[in-house]
Amino acid sequence: MALSIDEVAKVALLARLRLTPEELQTFTGQLNSIVEFVEQLQQLDTTNVEPLAHGIDIHNVFRDDVLGPSLPREKALANAPKRNSEGFLVPAVLD
Amino acid sequence: MEYTIIIGLEVHVQLLTESKMFSSCGTEFGLPPNTQTDPVSLGLPGTLPVMNRKAFELALKTAVALGAEIAPFTKWDRKNYYYPDLPKNYQISQYDLPFSRGGSLAIPVQKDGSGGGSCRLTRVHLEEDTGKMLHGAGGFSEVDLNRAGIPLLEIVSEPDLRSAQDAKACLEELRLTLRYLGVSDCEMQEGSLRCDANINLHIPADGKTVATPIVEIKNLNSFRAVERALEYEAKRQYTKWKADGLTIKDAPKETRGWSDPEGITKPQRQKETAADYRYFPEPDLVPVVVDQAWIDRVRASVGELPAQRRERFETEYGLSAYDANVLVEQGQDVADYFDAVAKATGEFKLASNWIQQDVLRTVKEKKLKLAEFPVGPDTLADLINRVKRKELNTNQGREVLAKLIETGEPLDAIIKSGGYGMVADTSVIAQAVEAALAANPKAIEDLKGGKKKPDAVKGFLRGQVMKQTGGKADPALVGELLDAKLAELLA
Repeated sequence: MALSIDEVAKVALLARLRLTPEELQTFTGQLNSIVEFVEQLQQLDTTNVEPLAHGIDIHNVFRDDVLGPSLPREKALANAPKRNSEGFLVPAVLD
Repeated sequence: MEYTIIIGLEVHVQLLTESKMFSSCGTEFGLPPNTQTDPVSLGLPGTLPVMNRKAFELALKTAVALGAEIAPFTKWDRKNYYYPDLPKNYQISQYDLPFSRGGSLAIPVQKDGSGGGSCRLTRVHLEEDTGKMLHGAGGFSEVDLNRAGIPLLEIVSEPDLRSAQDAKACLEELRLTLRYLGVSDCEMQEGSLRCDANINLHIPADGKTVATPIVEIKNLNSFRAVERALEYEAKRQYTKWKADGLTIKDAPKETRGWSDPEGITKPQRQKETAADYRYFPEPDLVPVVVDQAWIDRVRASVGELPAQRRERFETEYGLSAYDANVLVEQGQDVADYFDAVAKATGEFKLASNWIQQDVLRTVKEKKLKLAEFPVGPDTLADLINRVKRKELNTNQGREVLAKLIETGEPLDAIIKSGGYGMVADTSVIAQAVEAALAANPKAIEDLKGGKKKPDAVKGFLRGQVMKQTGGKADPALVGELLDAKLAELLA
């Protein structure tokens, strides 16, 4: 299953990556080699193997519903590329 | 009907927990922006989510109460999308193995006779809420992540609803049920209950049925808005189909937003390639295994639901379906109040009447919550019992209740100071009847001459007798003695 340039362009769009036509060419080739490598797994016979939902065989790990502290707002906003006094600012998103 | 309306609902409710779905910061509504976050809800690198047991149990309780099938094994998935309301760039949700499937909700019969059916549910699953975007000026939007990570239950219905009224009634019944269960406060204004609706039409044409393109309506901010938007959208789709003939095969699903002030739906800009969420299993969370013992324990905690309560009010107390619904649909506090008064008096119909006519009317007029109503169920039951024992007649009872509401004084004090008490002494009432007849010879003539209807004359005379006794006479005895006396006079 080789990835087409169009598919890579779509994945790039979904990931909000702006790629030049040259980059698109390069990454399509690189991604395809990764996919080919992983595709080797298809050769395994999984007829009698149960589907796996998680890598570790444990389940039901919960915490109790106990209220903990919130971060001070200044700390929460500390790494924001752009902010005002109360929130993160992002390029306007129209609804 | 020129067409059939097909409606399905997608409802999100916030679960009533102290802390978020996957971390310990709070879930309070209305705090200043970004004061309720922690490294997990901010999606900071290196953080790991841990499931909130209470949230999972509230979700289970809801699904069990809605008659859904509980999955013995359920897991979490990542729903990937880039939008600033979730800084991780994915929402932790459930995709192919939700914790429950199926279930249904009965729609109670409405005042106008509509409703009465039921709506099947497709699935109920758990996910985390997103942050809130404030679309401000200056070319920027502000992001508030207080809400990000609050446990959210998504309830998706089958397209079983056939009218806007049914959709509203179904949503109201869902809210009532969730409030009974104590799993959510379901405040639409605060966003703890949100609803989107899918709608299209099935139109008979040329011996076949054609379906119009499906529209998802968003921005429904009240129950009334749900009803109005669906009514509007059904008409709009019919008009559009008559003009362009486009069917579900010709056009993809469209998202439209309801504008309440304008009373119309408008096309919304699609999030580009929004459908491509590339779900995959969430590696940071382990699956949940639910055994029968857990389900049984949850089932035992469910308690009486609104539908069962209506039924009990009909069978145990002999109320009409209408009365039972009025007392139940107002919320648990009203039904509890009625239950208490009914049990303490044994006068079920009377208790229902007094609560509907006096208690609920006052609560509505004064815009009170029932908890703020000054007369508790014990006092009302005491008053009804006095009427039942003929210590007071009904009119006096109503006056006393009005004074109880107004003054908040004890019942005995009001009865004593108001001089209330019923006269049930036959000789006293007989005297009053004589006096009333003597004072109103014209009424007797009217009755003899057949000038006026006997019931009208009797009603007038009954009023005169009551007046003679200062409104204290036993009305039943007055009627009895007056009838006997009139029969004598007319013979």
